[in-house]
Amino acid sequence: MRRGGVVVTTLAVVAAVLAVAGLALGDYPLTVAEVGRALLGQDDFATTIVREWRLPRVLAGLVLGAALAVAGALFQSLTRNPLGSPDIIGFTTGSYTGVLVVMTVVGPGYLGTAAAALAGGLLTAVVVYLLAYQRGVQGFRLIVVGVAVSAMLHAANTFMLMRAQTEIAMSAAAWGAGSLSLVGWEQVAPATVVLAVLGAGVVVCAPLLRQLELGDDFAAAHGVAVEPARLGILGIGVALTAVATATAGPIAFVALSAPQVAKRLVRGPGLPLVASALTGSVLLLGADLVAEHVLPTALPVGVVTIVLGGVYLLAVLVAGARRAR
Amino acid sequence: MSSVTTTPPAGASHGPSAGTASAARRGRARWFWLAGAVVLLLVALVASLAIGSRPVPPTGVWAALTGGDVPAADEAAVVGLRLPRTVLGLLVGAALAMAGAVVQALTRNPLADPGILGVTAGSGFAVAMAIAVLGVTSPSGYVWFALGGALVATVVVWVVGGAGRGRVDVAQLLLGGMALTAVLSGIVSAIRLSDPEEFSALLVWESGSFQSRGWDVITPVAPFVIVGLAGTLLLGRSLNAVALGDDVAGALGTSVAATRVGSVVAIAVLAGGATALAGPIAFVGLMVPHAARWVTGPDQRWVLALSAVLGPVLVLVADILARVVMWPGEVPVGIVTAFLGAPVLIVLVRHRRMVGL
Repeated sequence: MRRGGVVVTTLAVVAAVLAVAGLALGDYPLTVAEVGRALLGQDDFATTIVREWRLPRVLAGLVLGAALAVAGALFQSLTRNPLGSPDIIGFTTGSYTGVLVVMTVVGPGYLGTAAAALAGGLLTAVVVYLLAYQRGVQGFRLIVVGVAVSAMLHAANTFMLMRAQTEIAMSAAAWGAGSLSLVGWEQVAPATVVLAVLGAGVVVCAPLLRQLELGDDFAAAHGVAVEPARLGILGIGVALTAVATATAGPIAFVALSAPQVAKRLVRGPGLPLVASALTGSVLLLGADLVAEHVLPTALPVGVVTIVLGGVYLLAVLVAGARRAR
Repeated sequence: MSSVTTTPPAGASHGPSAGTASAARRGRARWFWLAGAVVLLLVALVASLAIGSRPVPPTGVWAALTGGDVPAADEAAVVGLRLPRTVLGLLVGAALAMAGAVVQALTRNPLADPGILGVTAGSGFAVAMAIAVLGVTSPSGYVWFALGGALVATVVVWVVGGAGRGRVDVAQLLLGGMALTAVLSGIVSAIRLSDPEEFSALLVWESGSFQSRGWDVITPVAPFVIVGLAGTLLLGRSLNAVALGDDVAGALGTSVAATRVGSVVAIAVLAGGATALAGPIAFVGLMVPHAARWVTGPDQRWVLALSAVLGPVLVLVADILARVVMWPGEVPVGIVTAFLGAPVLIVLVRHRRMVGL
C-alpha cells in the first residue's frame, strides 16, 4: 500500500502542475504568481482569461480524464480483459453517430448533442453486447463484434458527413475529433456535478468490484448478488463514458490505457481506481497541452490521444507477442 | 490472451495428390462453380454498364461499346463514365479478394482482411501524406506511396500479431490492425483538421469511392495490380504446402520463408494497388475468400482463382447498389461494402468455435 500512496501523491502533483501550466500558457502567457492572483480575482483582465476561458478547459481535462479512466477500469475489471474498454467495443463511434444524426436533423446545440451522444453510445453498447451474447459474453467475441459494428457506424458517419452542409460537417467533425477547446462553464459545470454523483457511486461499488475480481463464485459465497452488482457497475461505467463523450466528443484510448498504466505504476493486484482516475487526468491534460501548445497548429485533443493510445496499444501487443514466444 | 482454434486451411485428403473418385467428383464440381462464377461476373459487368442515373438497356450497352447507333448521351454514360468505373471495380474486386485469400491463408486466420488488419489504412495514410504534405497529385506519383504504405503496414501487423512464430493469435492480429488504423487515421484527420481546404477531397478519398476516377487513375496503377494478380495465382501451390506445416512443406520442396515473403509482397501489391485505385475499401477481402472456400474446399489454388472472379462480382454489385440506393445521387462504394461485410464478420465470429481471450 505504501507504493500506492507514493504513486497517488506523485500523480496528484503532476496533475496539479499540468493544470497550472494549462492556466498559464496561451496567447496571453501568465506567470504562476499571476495565475494565483487571477484565480483570487485580484486582476480583472487576467481573471477573465483564467477563470472564464482557461479554467473550464483545465477542469474538463481533469474531470473528464478521470471519468474516462475510471470507466475503463470498471469495464476492464468486469470483463477481466485489459482491452475491454468502451472505445474498443464501439461505444464512442456510436455516440458520434447519434450526434451526427441530431446535428444534421435538428441542428447543433449542447443539450441535443449531449442527449444524442448518450443515446447513440448506449444503443451501440446494447447492440454490441447482444450481438456478442452467446450463453454469456466472452472477450474475444465482444471485441470482434465491436470492430464490426464500429466499421458500420464509421461508414454511416462518413456518409452523413459527406451529405451534410459544409458548416454542419465542419462543426460535427470538430466535435467528432474530441476537443476541449469548445468546452465552457455551461458544459463543464453540469458535467462535473453528474460525474461527482457517479464518482460517489463508484466509491460505494468499489468493494463489490474487488469481490467480483476474485471470481463470480467467490463473490457469491461472500453474499454479493453477482448479476445485479455487475449490471450496476456496468451502468456506472457506461454513464461515466457517456457524460464525458457528451461534453467533449469521443476522446479515444484514455479509458483503454489509463487503468493499465496505473496498474503498472502501482504494481498491486487488481485495478487501482484512484490511481487510474489521476492517470486519466494527467493523460488528458497532458495530451490537451500538447494538442494546443506543442504542435504547429492547435488540434483537437482527441487526435493526440488516438495517436498516443494507438501507439500504446501496438506496444502492448508487441510486448505480449514477445512474452508469448 | 490465449490462442484461437481454427481449422487448418488445407487438409492432406483434399490435396492435389489425392486421386480418388470423390476428388475427381470434387474437381468437376469446382469447374462447374468456376464457370458459374464467370457467368455471374459477366452479368455483373453488363449490369454495371447499364445501371445508373441514366439507365441503358443491355442492347444499348452492346451498341455503345461496339460503336453502333445509340444516342450520344447513352454512349457518353456507358463508354465515358461507366466503362472506366467497371474496369476499376473489376481490378479492385479481384485484387482485394485475392489479397484477403492470401492474408487468411498466411495467418491461418478466417477473420483476416486487408482492411480490418490495417493494410489499406497504411496504404491510405501514405497516399494522404503524399497528397497533403508532398503535394503529389497524379496517380502515377502516389501509386508508389500506396504500395509502400501497404508493405510497411503488412509487416507491422505481421510483427504485432506475433506471426511467423507458428502460433498466430487472431485477437492479437485484429487488435494490431485496429491500433494501426487508429494511429494512421488519427494522423490523417489531424492533417485534415489543420488544413480544412483539403477536408472534402481527403474525406471522399478516405471513404473509398469509384466516382470521378477515370482512366487517368486506372492506366498508371493497373499494371501493378495485374502483375500482382498473376503472381498471386502462382502462390497457391506453395500456400497449400505451407498449410500442411513448416516441416512437411520443407520436405515437399517448398521454401517456407520464400512463400511468406512472396505472400507479404503479394498482399502489399494487391491491397496497395486497390487502395491507390479506389481508396480504402474494407471487408471485400473478408467475405469473398469465405464464399470461395465454402464451394471449393481448402485447396488454395482454387480459393485464389474463385476469389479473383467473385471479388469483382461483389464489388461491382456493391458499386451498382451505391449508384441505386440514393438514386440519382450515389454513395461511396466503401460504405456499401462496410454495410454488407460487417454483418458477415459478426456471423462468422458467432459461428466459429473460439476460445476466450
